[in-house]
Amino acid sequence: MDVLKKVPIKEQNPDVRINNFDEVCLGYNIDEAVLEAGRCIQCKNPRCVKGCPVSIDIPGFINAIVQKDIEESYRIINKYSALPAICGRVCPQETQCEQNCIRGIKGDPVSIGKLERFTADWARENNIKPKAPEKKNGIKVAVIGSGPAGLTCAKEMAERGYDVTVFEALHEPGGVLVYGIPEFRLPKEAVVKPEIENIKALGVKIETNVIVGKSVTIDELMNEEGFEAVFIGTGAGLPKFMGIPGENANGVFSANEYLTRSNLMKAFDNNYDTPIITGKKVAVVGGGNVAMDAARTARRLGAEVMIVYRRSEAELPARVEEVHHAKEEGIKFYLLTNPKEILVDENGWVKGMRCVKMELGDEDNSGRRRPVEIEGSDFTLELDTVIISIGTSPNPLITSTTKGLKSNRHGCIVADEATGVTSRDGIFAGGDAVTGAATVILAMGAGKAAAEAMDNYLRNR
Amino acid sequence: MSENYEYTIVKKLKLADAIYLMDIKAPRVAANCYPGQFIILIVDEKGERIPLTICDYDRAEGTVTIVFQALGKSTKLLAEYDVGEAVRDFTGPLGQVSELVKMPSEELKKKKVLFVAGGVGAAPVYPQVKWMKENGYEADCIIGARNKELVILEDEIRKYAKNVYITTDDGTYGMKGNVNDAIKYLVNEKKNIYDIIVAIGPMIMMKYVCILTKELEIRTIVSMNPIMVDGTGMCGACRLTVGDEVKFACVDGPEFDGHLVNFDEAMKRLSMYKTVEGRSKLREKEGDTHHHKGCECHNS
Repeated sequence: MDVLKKVPIKEQNPDVRINNFDEVCLGYNIDEAVLEAGRCIQCKNPRCVKGCPVSIDIPGFINAIVQKDIEESYRIINKYSALPAICGRVCPQETQCEQNCIRGIKGDPVSIGKLERFTADWARENNIKPKAPEKKNGIKVAVIGSGPAGLTCAKEMAERGYDVTVFEALHEPGGVLVYGIPEFRLPKEAVVKPEIENIKALGVKIETNVIVGKSVTIDELMNEEGFEAVFIGTGAGLPKFMGIPGENANGVFSANEYLTRSNLMKAFDNNYDTPIITGKKVAVVGGGNVAMDAARTARRLGAEVMIVYRRSEAELPARVEEVHHAKEEGIKFYLLTNPKEILVDENGWVKGMRCVKMELGDEDNSGRRRPVEIEGSDFTLELDTVIISIGTSPNPLITSTTKGLKSNRHGCIVADEATGVTSRDGIFAGGDAVTGAATVILAMGAGKAAAEAMDNYLRNR
Repeated sequence: MSENYEYTIVKKLKLADAIYLMDIKAPRVAANCYPGQFIILIVDEKGERIPLTICDYDRAEGTVTIVFQALGKSTKLLAEYDVGEAVRDFTGPLGQVSELVKMPSEELKKKKVLFVAGGVGAAPVYPQVKWMKENGYEADCIIGARNKELVILEDEIRKYAKNVYITTDDGTYGMKGNVNDAIKYLVNEKKNIYDIIVAIGPMIMMKYVCILTKELEIRTIVSMNPIMVDGTGMCGACRLTVGDEVKFACVDGPEFDGHLVNFDEAMKRLSMYKTVEGRSKLREKEGDTHHHKGCECHNS
């Protein structure tokens, strides 16, 4: 084999997978994993670890794969992460661990993400589970939201012996892992549920259908239900719209709505009752992972799909793998293109979208070059469905019902990045609720950091 | 399914043809809900999230009362459930508390309020009428329905409203005509002066009530019942144009100033899933309009 190249990974053929919701990437088998793990040169000062928001001992778990001791590999990862089968699938490794890999200087970096996934999948298939804590301290802590931040905080606190209850507003735990990320990228029954079960096996209770701020307030949890500290990991669930004419027409959806119907409510499966409008010609506006997810979902539901993004390919915020998969699946990219108006027929349904061509100007404060309209370049795309995927912001439900909890002008909870400490004593926060929409792994990092700070707080009161 | 509760049905009544009332055990919702708010329930594993406006609640018993019309697949399935059985999920309270409940007492005391209930809209009107009486305010109420059989919750509303007026389209009970005929009668002929009208019923009824009350210059509050998925502000399916703003009915409403609501747009959006191909075609054959129409308690 060429040691400069990563061991190729098996994937479902694009022509086949556009007709199903099964996972695209099929993962390594043990021989492939051992081969790929052998490419790791076991740096003394591993730069990959510095690129990981939860600082997984990457050379350690990879070395265990080389030794074919996969259980040990799992134990090593599990010290740092409760959700390895999930992270191995959805982390943007190319901008984190793998970006720092020495192998990447002269060839492909080690496929750290795919190896993490291999170890986690092997552990699940072989019924290897994290060990429950021996001692409980009986101190009650509440975690609000069961997405990546909340689950990680819950795991960390349970391992420290706390009595943890997670409150989830929807009817299934998992947050964005179940309502946002599609089945073909992150299988729910096979991957997400078992990882959540592992966290419950540590003694974590999950109460679904509780909308904190409505069903109960944080103050009630602390004053009446005996919770001595609270972690808020409620994510960024409010969809943004563009504010252009025609946006309320029939056939215009937020990516959140489209994905929630398909993922959480399983509208793609005819056995479930929730309907979804598939559309024949669909435009997804935006260039992030959520946009790719929506586009590839629409493709699988039978539509002809295009991505409309106002910057160029280099600025696409989505993972490289997702863009690559989207293209393989026949999704067209209208780059440097911005919608101006959604055209509506006499019955109130979408019939097209008027767009304008863009060019890149000077850098804006995000460090990306600002797109500027090219005058007179308007053109119309004929289509029947538009999915808006231009970002989300945090839900104001909690900040508006918790006195003294500060939020900024974007609606994000103000919290210390390193500790999750908020303006209220005993209340910690992290993940998208603090940063605005980001990634699963950054939310996990925040949940982990907040757990450490919460533990210190409770021990030093 | 919550691991902490069973959302058990503790009471079930058939109020009229295909219209049912249920008391369901949901202690967290019962402890914190108020008139004007709604809940979302899921009947079984594969079910939809069904939003229903709260009809009543018993904080001591931990129960919430809902009224629904068995129209679509999900509500028909719910109608088959009996006392002692449990629905899979039940969450809330969602949305804002009724404007009347939030109004300062000094202000509300000076207002003359008329409720207008159309069809199953009597269910969300009832807790507001009851709250008014229990808190020392008076209110009149019009109950409109297609015929006598479809007039629901009349005795309950009579218990709390000062005057109750019934209208039926076919004249089988009360005044013959629609709720607008009754409003005109009360305002133009009986010279009643109302400061606020709360109109809840099918969107088409609310639209026409608002056209009339705009002419009569009476402030009108409506409760909107658009398509929803999560009910917490996440999906935006329930967005409405109110004045020159886009609002989410689930978190900003469901009550809005009826004179500012774009009803034509809202009604078009309500029909969105009636034309979905595929699965829904099968259901259309079965006489199903492929629910999800939102708060079905509002549809008559």
